[in-house]
Amino acid sequence: MNAITIAPAGSRLLLSGNEAVARAAWEAGCLIASAYPGTPSTEILESLARYPDLHAEWAVNEKVALEVAIGASLAGARALCAMKHVGVNVAADPLMSQTLPGCRGGLVLCVADDVGLSSSQNEQDSRYWGRFAHLPVFEPADAAEAHAFLKDAFDLSERFSVPVILRLTTRVCHVKSLVEVTDRVAVPATGFVRDTSRWVLVPGNAKRLLPGLFEREERLRAEAAVSPLNVELPGTDRRIGFISSGPAAVNAREAFPEAPLFKLGLSHPLPIERLRAFAATVDTVVVAEEVEPLIEQELKAAGITVRGKDLLPRFGEMSVDVLRAGLAPLTGEDIASLPTAPDLFPRPPTMCAGCPHLSPFYALSKLSRNIVISGDIGCYTLGVGHPWNAMDTCVSMGASLSVANGLEKVLAEADPSKRVVAVIGDSTFLHMGMQGLLNLVYNRANVTVLLLDNRAVGMTGGQDHPGTGRDIQGKEAPRVNFPKLVEALGVAPERIKHHDPYDLPGLFKSIRSEVETDGVSVIITDRPCVLTDWSMPAKALYVAEDACTGCGNCLAVGCPAIVVTRRGQKTANNGQIKDLAFVKVESEFCTGCNACVGVCGPKCIIPVGSK
Amino acid sequence: MSQPTFNILLCGIGGQGVMTAAEVLAQVAATQGLDVKKTEVAGMAQRGGVVTSHVRFGEKVLAAAIPPGQADVLLGFEVAEALRWTPMLKPGGIALVNTMRIAPPVVSGGLFPYPADPEGDLRARASLLHMFDAEGIARSLGNLRLINTVMLGAAADHLPFGADLLRQAVMDRFTARKPALAEANAQAFEAGRAASATGAEAA
Repeated sequence: MNAITIAPAGSRLLLSGNEAVARAAWEAGCLIASAYPGTPSTEILESLARYPDLHAEWAVNEKVALEVAIGASLAGARALCAMKHVGVNVAADPLMSQTLPGCRGGLVLCVADDVGLSSSQNEQDSRYWGRFAHLPVFEPADAAEAHAFLKDAFDLSERFSVPVILRLTTRVCHVKSLVEVTDRVAVPATGFVRDTSRWVLVPGNAKRLLPGLFEREERLRAEAAVSPLNVELPGTDRRIGFISSGPAAVNAREAFPEAPLFKLGLSHPLPIERLRAFAATVDTVVVAEEVEPLIEQELKAAGITVRGKDLLPRFGEMSVDVLRAGLAPLTGEDIASLPTAPDLFPRPPTMCAGCPHLSPFYALSKLSRNIVISGDIGCYTLGVGHPWNAMDTCVSMGASLSVANGLEKVLAEADPSKRVVAVIGDSTFLHMGMQGLLNLVYNRANVTVLLLDNRAVGMTGGQDHPGTGRDIQGKEAPRVNFPKLVEALGVAPERIKHHDPYDLPGLFKSIRSEVETDGVSVIITDRPCVLTDWSMPAKALYVAEDACTGCGNCLAVGCPAIVVTRRGQKTANNGQIKDLAFVKVESEFCTGCNACVGVCGPKCIIPVGSK
Repeated sequence: MSQPTFNILLCGIGGQGVMTAAEVLAQVAATQGLDVKKTEVAGMAQRGGVVTSHVRFGEKVLAAAIPPGQADVLLGFEVAEALRWTPMLKPGGIALVNTMRIAPPVVSGGLFPYPADPEGDLRARASLLHMFDAEGIARSLGNLRLINTVMLGAAADHLPFGADLLRQAVMDRFTARKPALAEANAQAFEAGRAASATGAEAA
């Protein structure tokens, strides 16, 4: 419970889109909510976990989250699941099938698209799922709409017995704006009613349900035609009229305040005839959508002349400046050239001071000439960057293991000098990595797996999962035993190594030795993420005055608490000139993990207080 | 025409308190009965990357992000980051900048240089500018975490609402959990105000 969960009806709160969805779910009588963390959707469930009267749970992956919500809906309860855009790919299997029988209790799938790609591996447009699975799609533009639309979504879901997609984007999820909240309306679960001809999707049943899918879509189209969420906002300048949805719609309104705007809140199925009538009232229709030209193509297919992606970018946010620049050929506006950005160094995200991933990537960077490193999704994907340059592939959750499998089978013959290493974190392993490991063992692969267990879903902010021993409410929960799990999947006990990542030399030797040995081995590191409350910092380190020789070895660890104080050069005995970098440790940030101590040439990195 | 939206762009580095400061500004605007939007772009990891936060308020705020060239106030928590975001300032907008320098690992590692004279570059790019050592002020008050109170103090006299409102919000938020820091927070806020007062000497 916090200030948001106890705020009385009528309060106007400054909420993020995610917090607004959570509050609305509670108000709407939702009983079950399940999700796997993923930016920008994570805070929906984190926030929901603080409300009373409902079950909020972390699921091991998005497929599981959706299936949990389906089960709850079949038991007659209002249910919600939340995920980021790529999570729907994982959940696509139940999604594409459950659309046939539909749902009982209201079922809403909240999908957060990373438009602008700030924290993802692609920028896919989740509105496609509405077309693919024949499901209605709501598109709020801000937190107040997210709050209102989610309630409408539950209502529509129950009236049409259809799962509903609430499509959010980063600029809804992570934007705070004012929301007026209400009280919870209890919606008791109605219980499970056996109906095998509907809920058991054998071919005969599925075939009978198919026609209903399309009949339902036409009824939903009629609903969209009268929905108050689809509104025409008047404008005095009829040279350009916008058809738009989500944040792009408010951006268009700001960029062209005098232009008529048809704002779609229930954007699939499209209210085609209303849009045709709107188009007839303006000279040129521009469709502004994030990101694929879905609305544009459907309007064109209906014979309505519109402009869209011929003017506007195919990817990224349709922000105010992007819209103005894109429409300049129509408006004739002279886009005033802004001051150019200064030529500056980049500041990419870094691993934290004392991060337990520093040592594994230091070790991999030293071995990288002889190995191919198959990476995965998590903070450790930063291992691709400076100074480690120790990741060669990263595709999707759990892919490190299975891509390694394919790499190894080919390289064993094509390039035997190369060994294959897979790197995966604890939560990603439980999400979709277990199957890949089982596959490696079953297919007699020769791959070394680094399972970096930092006891958190680190990249999304340290959430709990079945390997942390806590549930989403912070209560004690059963904790998976990684060595036993790995052994159960078939890895030989003598090839399962447990390592303290802060013992860098020991970890390095272990990785090198396992890489040179055939078969599947798993090296598990076991220090918690330094941003979690499991982490217990040791005494900070500092560099003993005048003792640093400038060898720079410690910089290769990549800890951001180590900074260069001055540079120099020296001539070695063989006449070669060597660059020197003298360092200090920013003791305020240092956690005393000792990863840098093992590589320091003159052994001059020592605990604060010692001499 | 309605009153134009007021735009504050905060920039800095993950872990400096940029988002918390933005949250305080947004909350104060909301208590004044204004419409508010606050958005941020933080990189993919927790710490060390570029962080920007946009706070917009007025009668009705539409877009969440400040369009380039429309920021009334640029509140820079680190000098090179302030320089990076100067194109967001509107003509006549003011930059309030902490002169603290934080070199990322790509600079420490020798891949890129840190600008030799970021203060000079800022002077060339921002006509209204106050630079001050918020880190030094925070250090002298005994706690580096006071940097964001100093920064909020620096902004206090350049906003469409009174400095006392912001001061009260800072005190409420930052001293609720740590009453021992009340006096230090008050001093940090006033030191920030003094550093960016009209006519104050630039750093």
